[in-house]
Amino acid sequence: MIHSLFLINASGDIFLEKHWKSVVSRSVCDYFFEAQERASEAENVPPVISTPHHYLLSVYRHKIFFVAVIQTEVPPLFVIEFLHRVVDTFQDYFGSTNVGDQLPTGQLSVVPWRRTGVKYTNNEAYFDVIEEIDAIIDKSGSTITAEIQGVIDACVKLTGMPDLTLSFMNPRLLDDVSFHPCVRFKRWESERILSFIPPDGNFRLLSYHVSAQNLVAIPVYVKHNINFRDSSSLGRFEITVGPKQTMGKTIEGVMVTSQMPKGVLNMSLTPSQGTHIFDPVTKLLTWDVGKINPQKLPSLKGSMNLQAGTSKPDENPTINLQFKIQQLAISGLKVNRLDMYGEKYKPFKGIKYMTKAGKFQVRT
Amino acid sequence: MLSLPPVQKLLRPKSVAGSDVAEEVTSPVLATEAGPPTCYSALRADELRPLAAPKDEVAASTGQPPRHDDLKEMLDSNKDSLKLEAMKRIVAMIARGKNASDLFPAVVKNVACKNIEVKKLVYVYLVRYAEEQQDLALLSISTFQRGLKDPNQLIRASALRVLSSIRVPIIVPIMMLAIKEAASDMSPYVRKTAAHAIPKLYSLDSDQKDQLIEVIEKLLADKTTLVAGSVVMAFEEVCPERIDLIHKNYRKLCNLLIDVEEWGQVVIINMLTRYARTQFLSPNQNESLLEESAEKAFYGSEEEDTKDAKAEAASLAKRKPYVMDPDHRLLLRNTKPLLQSRNAAVVMAVAQLYFHLAPKAEVGVIAKALVRLLRSHSEVQYVVLQNVATMSIKRRGMFEPYLKSFYIRSTDPTQIKILKLEVLTNLANETNISTILREFQTYIRSMDKDFVAATIQAIGRCATNIGKVRDTCLNGLVQLLSNRDELVVAESVVVIKKLLQMQPAQHSEIIKHMAKLTDNIQVPMARASILWLIGEYCEHVPKIAPDVLRKMAKSFTNEEDIVKLQVINLAAKLYLTNSKQSKLLTQYVLNLAKYDQNYDIRDRARFIRQLIVPTEKSGALNKYAKKLFLAQKPAPILESSFKDRDHFQLGSLSHLLNAKAVGYQELPDWPDEAPDPSVRNVEVPEWTKCTSREKRKEKVEKPFYSDSEGESGPTESADSEPESDSEESGSSSSSGTSSSSSDEEDEEEEEEEEEGSGEQSEDKEGEEEEEKRKKRKEKGGPWKASPGSVGSEEEEEAEGKKVKKAARPQGKKSHAETSSEEASASESSSSGSDSGTEAPTVVEAKRRKTPSSKAGPKEISLLDLDDFTPPPPQPVPSSSIISTSLVTDLEGLTLTDTSLAPALLSPAFGAVRTYELLHRMAGEGLSVEYCFSRRPFPGDPHMVAVQIQISNNTDAEVKSLRVSEPKLLAGMRIQEFPEIESLAPGDTASVVMGIDFCDSTQTANFQLCTHTRHFYVSIQPPVGELMAPVFMSENEFRKEQGKLTGMSEITEKLTLPEKCRSDHAIVQQVTSAANVGRVPCGADNEYRFAAKTVTSGSLVLITLEWREGAAAQLTVNSEKMVIGTMLVKDIIQALAQ
Repeated sequence: MIHSLFLINASGDIFLEKHWKSVVSRSVCDYFFEAQERASEAENVPPVISTPHHYLLSVYRHKIFFVAVIQTEVPPLFVIEFLHRVVDTFQDYFGSTNVGDQLPTGQLSVVPWRRTGVKYTNNEAYFDVIEEIDAIIDKSGSTITAEIQGVIDACVKLTGMPDLTLSFMNPRLLDDVSFHPCVRFKRWESERILSFIPPDGNFRLLSYHVSAQNLVAIPVYVKHNINFRDSSSLGRFEITVGPKQTMGKTIEGVMVTSQMPKGVLNMSLTPSQGTHIFDPVTKLLTWDVGKINPQKLPSLKGSMNLQAGTSKPDENPTINLQFKIQQLAISGLKVNRLDMYGEKYKPFKGIKYMTKAGKFQVRT
Repeated sequence: MLSLPPVQKLLRPKSVAGSDVAEEVTSPVLATEAGPPTCYSALRADELRPLAAPKDEVAASTGQPPRHDDLKEMLDSNKDSLKLEAMKRIVAMIARGKNASDLFPAVVKNVACKNIEVKKLVYVYLVRYAEEQQDLALLSISTFQRGLKDPNQLIRASALRVLSSIRVPIIVPIMMLAIKEAASDMSPYVRKTAAHAIPKLYSLDSDQKDQLIEVIEKLLADKTTLVAGSVVMAFEEVCPERIDLIHKNYRKLCNLLIDVEEWGQVVIINMLTRYARTQFLSPNQNESLLEESAEKAFYGSEEEDTKDAKAEAASLAKRKPYVMDPDHRLLLRNTKPLLQSRNAAVVMAVAQLYFHLAPKAEVGVIAKALVRLLRSHSEVQYVVLQNVATMSIKRRGMFEPYLKSFYIRSTDPTQIKILKLEVLTNLANETNISTILREFQTYIRSMDKDFVAATIQAIGRCATNIGKVRDTCLNGLVQLLSNRDELVVAESVVVIKKLLQMQPAQHSEIIKHMAKLTDNIQVPMARASILWLIGEYCEHVPKIAPDVLRKMAKSFTNEEDIVKLQVINLAAKLYLTNSKQSKLLTQYVLNLAKYDQNYDIRDRARFIRQLIVPTEKSGALNKYAKKLFLAQKPAPILESSFKDRDHFQLGSLSHLLNAKAVGYQELPDWPDEAPDPSVRNVEVPEWTKCTSREKRKEKVEKPFYSDSEGESGPTESADSEPESDSEESGSSSSSGTSSSSSDEEDEEEEEEEEEGSGEQSEDKEGEEEEEKRKKRKEKGGPWKASPGSVGSEEEEEAEGKKVKKAARPQGKKSHAETSSEEASASESSSSGSDSGTEAPTVVEAKRRKTPSSKAGPKEISLLDLDDFTPPPPQPVPSSSIISTSLVTDLEGLTLTDTSLAPALLSPAFGAVRTYELLHRMAGEGLSVEYCFSRRPFPGDPHMVAVQIQISNNTDAEVKSLRVSEPKLLAGMRIQEFPEIESLAPGDTASVVMGIDFCDSTQTANFQLCTHTRHFYVSIQPPVGELMAPVFMSENEFRKEQGKLTGMSEITEKLTLPEKCRSDHAIVQQVTSAANVGRVPCGADNEYRFAAKTVTSGSLVLITLEWREGAAAQLTVNSEKMVIGTMLVKDIIQALAQ
């Protein structure tokens, strides 16, 4: 199990350490720094590093490495998952404004995830159904793979020990789900109803996955014309973003990013809406589009200055897309009803739907 | 939130660090000791180290003497707030790695402090420094001993935790005593802490093992979920070899598992995997007998692991029918739902359990869960992919359906890309290889060059494993040799070298091409590879080889060492085969090498000179020089680095590192004979024999921990009735007062809305009255009249939305309120108080009205259907599979050579080949033939229509002829023909069935059933039937052809036989071999045909160029490379006939 934990910031300082057994010297982190140097980018540092006497398992989040020191065999995911929970807890704790007096005063409750004696004057339960589309679109615009990653995040502030059931109009969609431990497996298996005593406050009730084998609607399309010409040092660049299968909803928060090849020195582009930036150092093009108006499709056109004298780059950049659609769960998932048992009062209940782009890539 | 003691301990120092000024008195530590700790806090004390050196270093590095007078003063004060502040600062120092050991005496005094906050921080300090200041630490022991007797379970537990964490050997006996006592504490929480303390004590003094095992045995018998995970952890750390301790607890652990906290689940599942491997028989030993043969035929080239083969042999010998031990089944059944855990470690644990323990047919269930984990953090992905890579070698079929989930994004970190590539390569087979290669083609254009290099290697591996695409891959790789990026070229050279070694004779062209590359490629490994190739196959390139040597001799001194070694090698080989031309060069090279700086090279030169240049002294070896150098070398096997990694338990650190980690428990092999299963029997009295304390405890737990025993309690039973049940059940369950009549129910329901809106205006009252009336009316109906009346706002909201939705198409845009349902709910209820806003009331009224008009159950369900948003349709791939008649129509319009039209027509309807599906003998009088009618299959354009002709040659009637149990590869589909009810003797029936072959020539296996018999039959399509003609103009054809070059183009030369030298014959033969349409062509010695594959609609373009005499060249362009390759073969064969 975990011997020690070191927190290392972006500039390579160990700014926090914790030992659960005998102290392990910080110098063990040198192995980690070595590996970090070998990997060009932080995300390429191997999560498991073997050193002569220890194993270093790390996660990288918020520009901080959380490095756990292990001495004996342990399932690596056990440690990695745990470290992520640590980070989640930190985020929860430091992220909130009322640091200090809001820590759970967990009693030994029969329901391990819920403290006893919860009291609210306004009893409310909110559920957000959020779906992210991961997709790869090929150069001709057809979908190579598309899947949906959905979650139901809840904010439940209910007095006492409420016992909730949540049912869906189309539970068939949920054939690949993972639950918060509060959800009763058996009930789901037999009736496709989520039955649970909720933890107090914010939590993720369930996440689900609609796999690439199903048909996934793609709400946007990108028309692109990116041309490097062999002879000239100027290239053409043109992208248009438009809606497709949006169920009549507006696509907003659209953001286009693309990593241009090294040979591109600069770009002179004109967007029909929104703002764009090209960073000549990192070669990253960012176009903040905003809302898509179907009547007047946003486009970004112009030319690229290529390094003179070199031949044209043989790779075309990939276009990464972000967007948001309110009031829509693209899988079609719909909550049917929410009922509460075990308590007498009537809570206020709310459901919200949202679809977002996950890892959404268009190959050009 | 989670209860994670170690985390919260961590929180403390940080929060303190953030508030150096004493402004924050409230401590964030309250929860620390409270949450039920999980097994990860059962940290084992390390063996005692000498007093730590780091503290001096730290002190020195900070540059100031460790004097903390102010802190000491604060600790000595009477005020708790000052003490607390001091402790916070001290703990913060520790967290930042500063030395605070000199404060030990001042801190330890406060161990008895009444203030719980101070106390906790003192504990933190003690755990950190007690090991270094053992004598002083002893001062605190009596406090803990007192704590162990405290009436508060939390204090008892925390005293034990600290006592067992301070690593002072002198107190071992005290710890032992405390653990024993705590193990029979009435609080399960304290017992859990006792379990945590066991490994700590064991690591401090392993002589205590025997006594500790006794405690473990006792705690293993504990029946609370709280203890289970922790005690199994202790078991694993102290006595993993005592598998006998598990027997009696096995079934209990299986049954408790689902309710154990997640970290405990991981530990228990891993332990039970090992246990099962010692106690049960392999579930696959007999299955391999039955399935293996079928599967082998199915997958053809799939290599079967030796273990299975062994099992097969063993079971053949024994022939004892395998029956799974019910306990084995119990484990599989009870772990399966945990695949849906949110915890990746739990999912992985179950996955490895299934992989190692489940019958082959059941292992598949884990694939979906593992693929789901791929969406998690990249570290999780990394570990999961490593495990998938190992699994996919052994059980490829399992992940095949998820192929696309392993496609690579440009934003993936390189290490993830490379692992995904590994999995994709493992999953490649004859069916999907063209898809995979196409995907690889896009990867080759990536900006990430490491990844490109890995892709090239992956292509090499696909080429070795799947003979069918070897040439295609090789051609593709050769094209990469002209890539601008040197790394890409170099990697290609290395891979090509390996591929060529498999069949060098046919590829002298490629070797020549590579010889030219020595002028340009600078990467040493690539240069070395080229030189080796030329040397090895110098007889294939007799002219070029000496010239290459000449050039290399010139640049010898500037080459890297590996290149120099290969130059020497080349020289030696040439000398042996072609000494006339290369003698001098060889001597020159050897002389240069003789004076090289590197002793390896000098050594090699000396060795080779002796070996190849005959002198008086050289002796016998010289005769064999040629044999030594030019021996047949076995082709390298390009295999996955994950092969056979599954001898490590999956999911383990050792598996990930591919090396045994400290403390790794070997996964035992299945026993040949099952040990006595009765050891797991538990006597009934033992089950019920629990103390009153436990009974009480369990009673409380029941509702939450006993899902398996069915739901209990009134609330549960109420809502467990089906949704569509009568109105009463719905209302009673939601109102919570089952006695209330439906009218009362309404009242309540309205009140609920009032509560929601906070206030209620007069205006709304009337309106609501009306609604109530309506509702009452509705209730007269037989059906759950209005969902609104069921008492759930949710329902109402949903209903409201339905109405809104329904209204919209009719042009009635209700009002601006369309945001979320949450918004709609709050707005509609609060708008009542707004007194007079029209819109919401309209909506509300409508909301209630609409359902009322839908009286019958049918209509309701229709409404539901309307509302159900079906998964939106995928953009239909522009399938231009035009019916043959249309093609001919169009062709008639544009074809210049109209005389050809009949020839085009004929293959579809005339020269149709029939194949036998079931011979008369085999079918016991029933004979079945099939042909490919080349008509579009009605109903599904992605299916190939297969016309089946069934003749009944028996003298009895054959009844209910049908297709059943198709056994298809992933992705393939069958549309069965409608059942033939009866077929009279001598009759013949013709039916059409559709098969989606997924653009592959894999066989579709299915059974043909009659009322009495089942016949196993299979249909394998010729590649030419997997497509349908498509019409295009000459220009279009050229344009498309231009896009399909490179790896997608296959060219072959052929000689046309005498009878095939007319336009008519050529067209006839090509169209009979493949279902293609002719494309007009200006040149009169060229023939073009086009088609699209039926499933994916990929273009297949055929060009036949007839040169003078009998020579001709056939080119097929298709992104489906496999299809292209096979098609070329088929067409050539057809033309040769």
